[in-house]
Amino acid sequence: MSPAVAVSDLVKDYGAVRAVDGVSFEVERGEVFALLGPNGAGKSTIVEILEGHRTRSSGAVRVLDTDPASAPPSFRDRIGIVLQTSGIDPELTVREAIDFYGAAYSRPVPAQELIELVELGEKADARISTLSGGQQRRIDMALGLAGDPDVVFLDEPTTGFDPAARRRGWELVERLASEQRAVLLTTHYLDEAENLADRVAVLARGRIVAEGTPAELRARAGSALIRFAVPDRAEPVPDLLAPVSGQIVGRGRHVEITTDTPTADLAHLTSWAAQREIELEGLTVSTPSLEDVYLALVDDDRGGGDGAGGDS
Amino acid sequence: MRSLWRGARHQNRIFWRTPVAAFFTLVFPILMLVLFTAIFGNDAFDSVYGRVSSSQFYTPGLAVFAATSSTYTGIGINLASRRELGILKRVRGTPMPRWTYLGGVVVSAVWIAALGVTAMVVLGVVAYGVNVEAAKVPAMLLSFAVGSASFAALGLALASVARSVSMAVPIANATLLPMAFISNIFVPFGSETPRWLDLLGDIFPLKHFGLAFGEAMNPLSEAPAVEWHRLGVLALWLAAGAAVAAWQFSWDPPVISGRRSRRRTRPAPA
Repeated sequence: MSPAVAVSDLVKDYGAVRAVDGVSFEVERGEVFALLGPNGAGKSTIVEILEGHRTRSSGAVRVLDTDPASAPPSFRDRIGIVLQTSGIDPELTVREAIDFYGAAYSRPVPAQELIELVELGEKADARISTLSGGQQRRIDMALGLAGDPDVVFLDEPTTGFDPAARRRGWELVERLASEQRAVLLTTHYLDEAENLADRVAVLARGRIVAEGTPAELRARAGSALIRFAVPDRAEPVPDLLAPVSGQIVGRGRHVEITTDTPTADLAHLTSWAAQREIELEGLTVSTPSLEDVYLALVDDDRGGGDGAGGDS
Repeated sequence: MRSLWRGARHQNRIFWRTPVAAFFTLVFPILMLVLFTAIFGNDAFDSVYGRVSSSQFYTPGLAVFAATSSTYTGIGINLASRRELGILKRVRGTPMPRWTYLGGVVVSAVWIAALGVTAMVVLGVVAYGVNVEAAKVPAMLLSFAVGSASFAALGLALASVARSVSMAVPIANATLLPMAFISNIFVPFGSETPRWLDLLGDIFPLKHFGLAFGEAMNPLSEAPAVEWHRLGVLALWLAAGAAVAAWQFSWDPPVISGRRSRRRTRPAPA
């Protein structure tokens, strides 16, 4: 069976700005795939192209073996969309909204089932205008699932959730994948990608800078991360850093070293500092999280980690 | 067809739950009829229809004004606000055909317009003895249908030109209210009215809608009393409104700075 979503060499230009620059990936049924990246990285543009809301400049896109750019609205019968910025008629009750939007699909899920799925039973007959942001986000989720979709696009689905609601949101997403739906998730919460996604693509400036399982991405970062800050009065820092084996990222006084030989590097750093009677402020050694990998990747893309050229 | 009906019911429900819209569309024009007849009396005077009572002059004009409030202003503001809330974007993300959604909006607005017109005419007949004749009812229905359709198309055009509600409201008022003053709706034109004002009114659709409907209620007009040339002008405006909407209508929320603030931005790494 062909993948539920297949994207190859996707390019989107807005005038002179290349928002998406040659992106390729596939999402299988039963899989949660996360597009992770900072604001402006091109996540939403990609998702909107997949939904058929935007045209592409070049490249190939297939969603359920259909090209969204030329598909009629009925193409969306098998697709569920949860956008960041789509509102719900505030005059309606939860149940009325689910009934109205659900009726657009050929296989609508019964409203009561959806209401229970997103745990809004007590609010089913309340006007949407009276609900909290998190509750409205849950209706977003219910409306996205109203047509029993084969492919679900979730654009930052848990933004505005409290921690407990977030956990329950994650359980729901896992359940969608277990029901053999393909789930494409965009998020800038790293823990969300780490917990939910079978595969993660890190997007920066319209390009995928890394792709793999969360474990694979973590492994890229080496076994340890050393962080500290050099005091202002310290002697030339290059002397300090030259013999270090790992990858070095510096931001002013702050230094981060990702390394596979933390013992040797640490020995060098501490003896250098001790000889000069310098205290390396906030010296820590830790196992890198996906967040560290992500920040390093996104930072690399901004031009070598010196902070130059970062405009977002 | 069923989905069109469902869409219209959906919009009706929204209308009845928006008291301010219901007031301006249904109550306000009736209030004006009561006030105008109280202020100016109900005596006969020389009007565009000939010598008729002032309620006979005001009833059809204010009925038409109610219809345009529901269609033109109502559709324009409703769709601009649904777009701003991202509701149109949601609709576009479903398999619902776009024309059924917009069709539901139009059918609902025309239905509300019909209620407003009916209420006005019934009040005119019962309270002020305004003339309605069976032989001219088809002309009333026809001019209502063509006029409402025309202003519904202009409402779609308004929602296309005005990207946000804060633009749609002033544009609606700044177009409809002056038009009402030069179209024999609020003020009867007499022999001393400058000719250019009369001609200016002829360009815009409201005067033709009002007079087509008014002639069908005029006790001095001959049945069937269909003002074909006025309906022709309304049809031209319908085509113009539909063309603007087809060309300019957008489903995407306007990009307003700060709009994206719902997104939580990552704190900058230390």
